Amino acid sequence: MITLDEIDRQLLRSLVRDAGQGAGALGRQLGLSQPATWRRIRRLEDAGVIKGRRLRLDAEKLGFGVTVFLGVKLATKGRVSLEDFERAVTAIPEVQTVEHVLGRYDYRLRVVARDLPDFERVLRRRIMTLPGAGEVEANILLSEERLNGPL
Amino acid sequence: MLDDADRRLLRYWQAEPSLSQGELAQRAGITVGRATRRIARMQELGILRGVGAVIDWVALGYAVEVSLRVTLDKTQGNAFDTFMIEARKVPEVIEVQTLLGRVDMRLSIIARDMAHYQEIYRSRILTLPHIADIEALMQVARIKDAQGLPL
Repeated sequence: MITLDEIDRQLLRSLVRDAGQGAGALGRQLGLSQPATWRRIRRLEDAGVIKGRRLRLDAEKLGFGVTVFLGVKLATKGRVSLEDFERAVTAIPEVQTVEHVLGRYDYRLRVVARDLPDFERVLRRRIMTLPGAGEVEANILLSEERLNGPL
Repeated sequence: MLDDADRRLLRYWQAEPSLSQGELAQRAGITVGRATRRIARMQELGILRGVGAVIDWVALGYAVEVSLRVTLDKTQGNAFDTFMIEARKVPEVIEVQTLLGRVDMRLSIIARDMAHYQEIYRSRILTLPHIADIEALMQVARIKDAQGLPL
């Protein structure tokens, strides 16, 4: 397991905010040379700590005013039904994340829609018709914060 | 506000955030100059907030992720605010969401293992103010994590 020092942590926090910064600029903030910074980034990538990059878009400005979390319980279980459900749910473009969970529900989905009528359309035509879908619970997102976590 | 070329740029970039502006322009079928101007404009409008690194907590030794769904005691006028302020102080909390529906708040928390989770849950979570009820969904697998928008 990779161990991080304080500089690695600062580097990660900075890259989560903006992954477009060059090693030179990052190094200046942290008091490191460009090659030393580059080596540290490379080490974090090789260890899989940085698993990728993500575009941060303003959903609302792009016309997606509604985000809903759905808890879905499967009506029937078994290996085949899980696979069918997962394949079908993953293919829905409005479904941003799918997590298989243990607890009151079997799956947790994050769904975006333009507005509530659009969400209703997605729910009725795409979610309720998923193979094996049983009880569904919806919670509408009002606000959200992503934190740095234990870095 | 956005035309087809803008949407194409965002679509390709969202699918592959590591693409350079030159590669993006080529895929979207426009010149590099036009792509650069369009991207700058979308940044000015706040549509495009940037590209951020995504951390793999498992690679850092956090094997457990739990979604905690919290119902608050709403007879306390400032329940949401005080709960949020305290929840932000727990380092293992990586997401806080305010919801409208059956539950009021949701926290994503990460832990090294179940013993560590139990320790955080008892000493840091159950001590948060104004909790009326709390329910856990333990993540088994992340099936889809694109978090893109259906542009």
